Amino acid sequence: MTGILKIAFKLLVNDKGKFAALLMGILFAVFLMVMMTSMFAGILKRASATVLNVGAQVWVMDPAVNNVVSSIPMPDYVLDAARSIPGVNYAVPLYSGAALVKLHDGTYQAVTVLGLDDATLFGRPPLLEGRIEDIYAENAFLVVKDSEFAKLGNPRIGSEFEINDHRGTIVGIARANTSGLFGIPTLYTTYSRAVTYIPSTRFTAAYILIEPKSPAALPRIRAEVAKLGYEALTHDEFIQKISHFYTYETGLGTNVLLMTIISFVVGLSISGQTFYTFILENLEKFGALKAIGARGRELVVMILFQAGFTALTAYGLGVGLATLMITLARMRLPDYAAEVTYFNLGLAFVMVLIIAAVSSLIGIRKVTRIEPFDIFRG
Amino acid sequence: MATALQAVSLSKWFGEGEARTYAVHDVSFEARFGEMLYIVGPSGSGKTTLLSMISGILRPNAGQVVVEGQDLWQLPDDDIARFRLHKVGFVFQDYHLFPRLTTAENVAIPLILQQRSWNEALQVATQYLEIVGLQGKQALPPVKLSGGEQQRVAIARAIASQPDILIFDEPTASLDGDTGKRIVSFVKEKILNDHRCILIVTHDSRIFEFADRILQMEDGQIHGLVSGRNP
Repeated sequence: MTGILKIAFKLLVNDKGKFAALLMGILFAVFLMVMMTSMFAGILKRASATVLNVGAQVWVMDPAVNNVVSSIPMPDYVLDAARSIPGVNYAVPLYSGAALVKLHDGTYQAVTVLGLDDATLFGRPPLLEGRIEDIYAENAFLVVKDSEFAKLGNPRIGSEFEINDHRGTIVGIARANTSGLFGIPTLYTTYSRAVTYIPSTRFTAAYILIEPKSPAALPRIRAEVAKLGYEALTHDEFIQKISHFYTYETGLGTNVLLMTIISFVVGLSISGQTFYTFILENLEKFGALKAIGARGRELVVMILFQAGFTALTAYGLGVGLATLMITLARMRLPDYAAEVTYFNLGLAFVMVLIIAAVSSLIGIRKVTRIEPFDIFRG
Repeated sequence: MATALQAVSLSKWFGEGEARTYAVHDVSFEARFGEMLYIVGPSGSGKTTLLSMISGILRPNAGQVVVEGQDLWQLPDDDIARFRLHKVGFVFQDYHLFPRLTTAENVAIPLILQQRSWNEALQVATQYLEIVGLQGKQALPPVKLSGGEQQRVAIARAIASQPDILIFDEPTASLDGDTGKRIVSFVKEKILNDHRCILIVTHDSRIFEFADRILQMEDGQIHGLVSGRNP
């Protein structure tokens, strides 16, 4: 059988024009599909930046919260009630809010402020510079060194700014797993300072972060929190909820889905048409092979191999090109949100397999119907 | 001379009822090893249909094709394909060489279909190219060869698997008179032997001189079977 495949390979790649057209069609489709889905994955990851960076196992929130930025503050009794649930190791409040800071040069910059529980500093980020204890110092803030860092004038330890008529001083520079979605810098401080410095509503805890004693305690915690009228979600569930919101409630997912489908259809059309032409041009030759003694299934294997080889080569090139583009874009644009995930690659792979299957099906139908007698008749 | 194949009351028709048209009607003959048998006749006389039926390509509506004591058309499809691969060599009118393969690769195709290894098949193909006088041209694509040379590549492909029956469909149709004669003369001298039967469909009277027997067809029936040289 390998000899047959070698013939199929040579028939395919030696027809350079057709082979290039086939590759380009699928490559283009893969490139667009991977780019679109990667950008969407990047957006979703950034939308969950706070959840990823804080890293608590269980998040308690108002059920109406559908993304991390639009938190709905909860009364203090929820924190006390959460702490009293059997199976809770500890529970702490998290402040999450927006503020405007006035920089040294007089310009204003919007920031996200996260207030960590004073006693435990649970959810604190790893520091690149400075000491975490300094967060208790007067006016102390940590700044996250992400892609938005420069918007605060590349602050150093000791840099000062004004926040709601209060002085703020940078005491540490933190590392974050991922930047936020909305292109604004992030500051960390203590919970008490956050609620003091930033004007807020009567209730101040945006989220309650819970560390369960064991995973087995989770159902009980969920149920008890639900009795209070709130919702307890695991880290992954919260990310999923945010993803669901952006995917289905903002139009973003529909747009990306449409673009992905269009890419798929374009790729399918180009490769299907080109492969069909390729088969038509070689139809008499396949008929001659049949007359010589090739069995129908051998011709089917040849066509499947040709379609499969083209699809996989184009897939590899398409993924490579998309990765290169994303890498280059990130070098120039730190805010560029795109993530090549295994899911994206898998999705593009499945779509490429469908393209290959449809293209080869067209060819197989033609080739299996050709009668060797037609070759004699001319 | 031993019988290579026997056609017994072969018929092929298209359409049914009043629309039924016979392409071949109740044809019987035998082809023998060591002979060059021509099937001649005007266009539409049924000679290509007859050739297709006896070579295992077109299923007859009635009659038998007996090879080695067995009716070919009683075999399963895979066995008929195997018969074509191992017992029959085809030289098509338009050669049907693969332009994207080298001449050696073209000749090696039947051997590869017989599951011979790629290298072995190419080696054998090169030997057969030498037999047909195309030594040194194994790496060229067929399009770089003249019409006569392409015909020789097709012959090399047909004989590479050492078939018992060789079938030529209008072998001189695409060649000038001299080249056509040279090719058929070459086939008679070098390719035909006591263990092989060559069937040629043609209406080119210039090559009748090479025939051992000539089967004349008209309107799907045999109108005469004459011994060769001067029909």
